Amino acid sequence: MSHVIEMLGIRKEFPGIVANDNINLQVEEGEIHAILGENGAGKSTLMSILFGLYQADKGIIKVRGKEVSIKNPNDAFDLGIGMVHQHFQLVHNFTVAENIILGKEGGFVYDIKSASKKIKEISRCYGLEIEPDMIIEDITVGMQQRVEILKMLYRDADILIFDEPTAVLTPQEIEELMSIMKNLAAEGKSIILITHKLDEIKQVADRCTIIRRGKFIDVVDVAKTSVNDMAAMMVGRPVSFKVEKAPKTPGDAVLEIENLNVLNNKGVLGVKDFSLSVRKGEIVGIAGVDGNGQTELIEAITGLRKIKDGKIKFLGEDISSLSIKERNDRGLGHIPEDRQKRGLILSFPILYNMVIKDFEKNPFSKKGILDKEVIRKYSQDIVDKFDVRSGEGVDSLAGMLSGGNQQKAIIGREVSLDPDLLIAVQPTRGLDVGAIEFIHEAIVAQRDKGKAVLLVSFELDEIFNLSDRIAVISGGKLIDIVKTEDTDVHEVGLMMAGIKKDDKEEVR
Amino acid sequence: MNGIWDVIKIIIPGAIAYTMPILMGALGGLYSERSGVTNLCIEGLMLFGCFASAATIVKLQALGMDYTLSIVCGICVAMLASMALSYLHALASIKLKADQTISGTAINMVSSALSLFLAQTITGSGNITIVRGIVRRNIPLLSKIPVLGPLFFSQTYWTTWLCLLVWGASFFLLYKTNFGLRLRACGEHPSAVASAGVNVHKMRYIGVLLSGVLSGLGGAVILVTYAGEYNSGAGINGLGFLAISALIFGQWKPLGILGSTAFFGLFMTIANTGRVIPGIANIPTGFLGLFPYLATLIALILSSKKSRAPLASGQPF
Amino acid sequence: MKKETAKVIKKPLEVKKVPSFLVSISTVFLGVLAGSILILMIGKNPIKGFERLLFGAFSNVRRVGNTLSMSTQLILMGLSFSFAYKTGLFNIGGSGQMLMGGIVSTILGHYLPSSMPKPLYVVIVVMAALATGALWGLITGFLKAKFNVHEVVSSIMLNWIAFWLCYDFIPRFVKDQAIAVKSKPLPLSRTLGTEWLRNVTGMSTLNFGFLFAIIACIVVWFILEKTTLGFNLKAVGANKYCAEYAGIKIHKSIMISMAIAGSLAGLAGLTYYCGYSNLMEMGKMPNEGFDGIAVALLGNCSPIGVFFAAIFFGALKMGKGSLAATGIPTELADTIIATIIYFAATSILIASFWKKVFKKCYEKKLAKYEGEEKK
Repeated sequence: MSHVIEMLGIRKEFPGIVANDNINLQVEEGEIHAILGENGAGKSTLMSILFGLYQADKGIIKVRGKEVSIKNPNDAFDLGIGMVHQHFQLVHNFTVAENIILGKEGGFVYDIKSASKKIKEISRCYGLEIEPDMIIEDITVGMQQRVEILKMLYRDADILIFDEPTAVLTPQEIEELMSIMKNLAAEGKSIILITHKLDEIKQVADRCTIIRRGKFIDVVDVAKTSVNDMAAMMVGRPVSFKVEKAPKTPGDAVLEIENLNVLNNKGVLGVKDFSLSVRKGEIVGIAGVDGNGQTELIEAITGLRKIKDGKIKFLGEDISSLSIKERNDRGLGHIPEDRQKRGLILSFPILYNMVIKDFEKNPFSKKGILDKEVIRKYSQDIVDKFDVRSGEGVDSLAGMLSGGNQQKAIIGREVSLDPDLLIAVQPTRGLDVGAIEFIHEAIVAQRDKGKAVLLVSFELDEIFNLSDRIAVISGGKLIDIVKTEDTDVHEVGLMMAGIKKDDKEEVR
Repeated sequence: MNGIWDVIKIIIPGAIAYTMPILMGALGGLYSERSGVTNLCIEGLMLFGCFASAATIVKLQALGMDYTLSIVCGICVAMLASMALSYLHALASIKLKADQTISGTAINMVSSALSLFLAQTITGSGNITIVRGIVRRNIPLLSKIPVLGPLFFSQTYWTTWLCLLVWGASFFLLYKTNFGLRLRACGEHPSAVASAGVNVHKMRYIGVLLSGVLSGLGGAVILVTYAGEYNSGAGINGLGFLAISALIFGQWKPLGILGSTAFFGLFMTIANTGRVIPGIANIPTGFLGLFPYLATLIALILSSKKSRAPLASGQPF
Repeated sequence: MKKETAKVIKKPLEVKKVPSFLVSISTVFLGVLAGSILILMIGKNPIKGFERLLFGAFSNVRRVGNTLSMSTQLILMGLSFSFAYKTGLFNIGGSGQMLMGGIVSTILGHYLPSSMPKPLYVVIVVMAALATGALWGLITGFLKAKFNVHEVVSSIMLNWIAFWLCYDFIPRFVKDQAIAVKSKPLPLSRTLGTEWLRNVTGMSTLNFGFLFAIIACIVVWFILEKTTLGFNLKAVGANKYCAEYAGIKIHKSIMISMAIAGSLAGLAGLTYYCGYSNLMEMGKMPNEGFDGIAVALLGNCSPIGVFFAAIFFGALKMGKGSLAATGIPTELADTIIATIIYFAATSILIASFWKKVFKKCYEKKLAKYEGEEKK
């Protein structure tokens, strides 16, 4: 079979790192070819080079056997290459049709009507079910992804790149996407799937190229290779994704949420009549697709967002009208979703980031004057204990640290405050396996100490690995709470789509 | 009754004259901000347009050029000069990814210092006065319409119609054409535009340069209509910042800014012609003078909370 | 060998950081260069021009005194801008805050009994100027915190409101019968000047204000570097989302920061209108509000940097008076200031230029080192 894409000896450097070092990729026509690697291994860089967003420092690209130079996405489109980005490239207040034609409008005055007609046709042809007149911000994440796919098809792409396409989908949506991908491949399109999830590769891919720390490791036939072997190649050592966790009987309730209603940014209810309790010595995981009210819920508990009504009780006291500081002082720890936006001040040294919550307290300051020696000693302790690695120790700017070390610093800070409740939102997003293991251990250690932990994650694996109980949220509502050992991915997936256990019989 | 009608007949045409420069400045700001570049140098760009047109018109008339033609040339030079100045802002904020607020402030300072420096070199003083501006004309037929005729079609400047034409064309350009679609997308989600194969930097350069052209036009219109002189001392009295406020008050939409600039134009007219308006003639000049700025501040308070600013405005790409 | 190169790339920290004063000096150099080109363009001799500038600023005790006196406002305005900037606010409203400080001080100067002892008088006007400026700054901060009004636009509006208020207050309260557009001049005893300073500096305008400016530098440095308040404000400026998460009340911080920035500008109004000058003119917007931004940016928003940048700009502004003899418009000085702020805005470019230079030097050193090691 002929190679539709060949990338040979690709090298790309960024200031400070070599993102791609002599990588080879050969994709055959009509196959689904997976690229497997950890976060930060260089998969996205490689694809951005193929799509013309970056230029390779070295190496050649051949498309259908002919050497080409791809200087920008337009060159890629002309070669029939399209890409579904991990972060959707959609303008939120434009319609579906406007987003699809953007950059390929034709004429001076664009003709939205005939474009809509064409979009409907393609949509019907591949079973994508998209309404061209809808505004992007009003449609679900799954639909937005299908708009991205349509964007490629509208441009007659026959080489399709999917960059981590399942990160934001429910298990059932993932199923749908997998079947769409198989359909596309059956139509003769060649598909490149970038992912770090092994089961997805096993499910759809024909072959798989594995890269690790910017280097080409191997290309394997998926059907003939075990998941464990692929995992070992990806990480460089045998790994088990299971977290060691001894059974534990939970104690009294630490956090009790009763009939909570919270408005979202659009002024409508983002959290609806939500009740939940988290007890000492247990990890409660909140499962759900991004954007189903998790952010609003966590912001309401931590005080970042006002509640509409309901109660949030912490150790028996209603904290729903207390300030953020008062809540922190009562023993609420929070590992925020976006570590660079909320978790750290990137332009401050680690030193100050470690006391950002407590700098006004004795011994860090007295009568309004900071005591830098005490702060330094305290920060140094955290850095040592949590293995935060940086160029200049506690004096390094937080922005100079790698993502894993930034996250370790945040967790170190929060755990050192010894909170009765630790809220961890997406604690391992974008980290490599080593850092993930470290952080999972730290979270479980907190539980084993008899503290309560509330975990929010969009990765079902993580929820299942860590949680004692799983609360499923969909459309701002609590669908159900189940014990981890009593449920499975399929059931939780259905609940994530809003279908309750009791309704399930009817659905079947 | 007759008295009120007389007052309205003074205020409305005056308000239209005051509105047009602010409208052009705000429209310029619209292009820039919709492309994703915060533009706080509208003031400087308008001032530079005012200066450039004054210098050109005075020079050309001294050479004996017909006065209408010299005004047309003056306006064109003003647009080019302000565009050149806006290029500095574009360069700093797009290519060099500088802080756009600082760059805008720098352009404002460059504009006032450079125009004064050049004015001193050219005329030896900080002021350039043109002999006469545009002659106001009645629009045939339309000015005969009762009520509307005297208010909107009598004693008008031709630049008013030019400005309205520019506004209408901009509306069409922004909402009906490929260019407009791409420009608006650049201000909301530039990486989406880039991934669709459109050069974001190019779109932003165009947006900023257009803001220069339109602000230059606005500055020239100030000169050839009601002001008649470039005055380094007073500058343009913060009209450029009123234009930015109008942009915010008008929620970054062409129709909105037409309304908000008309609103501000009305206040400017009341402030400047207050002495001849019965009922408010007794208010001290100082209080009349601060009236438009206070009104703007209040308008900002009312409109800023629910601001629908372009998402990516001010963020380098 | 190939491995070694990779190591170099992995260690960008080894390359020296670009010190901010080097960037500032480069900025000044570029500004002066641009000024020279402008002088050349109008057919004059730049070297002569700058010689005259220096002559005008420093050639005798009186001129030095005047330069320092001119710098006083610039220091305070630079500090005012820097302080707000550290909290992430762009205080372009310095002119208005300064006008309000000035008008209140001027009115007090005329209305407080002349029998009042000078120390008490000075304390009262300083307090009044600080408070008025703080109030004017606080309005901007309040509108930003409560209504999300962009501080640049609101403070410009407040500048013009202050401008027109002064337009009304000067004739209303402190009218000079002789010249209609000015306030009555204050006697020396009611300004910040003293006979003694005047005599020592050859009748210059140098006054106590300069001392206040130095004290203000120290106080601002202390607040920003040593106190929890400074930490709090800087945290809000560096990342308000993280500050909010950590329990800092952002709205309160914004208001405090703008009030302190405003009070510094109000003090500048006092030193300008009741120190450097002894009267106020109607219909004149002080340029210092904008010059202060240039001072702050050139001084990298640090008190010590602001101090020296202000002296530099003060010299430019004082020295320009001596340009007239050369036929170069005196506005050259303002043009240079404006150019410098533009280059300060694009200082990333300058910093990256030096970084490249340093990197080249570092690589050369490393190559040499490696070569020696091989031997």
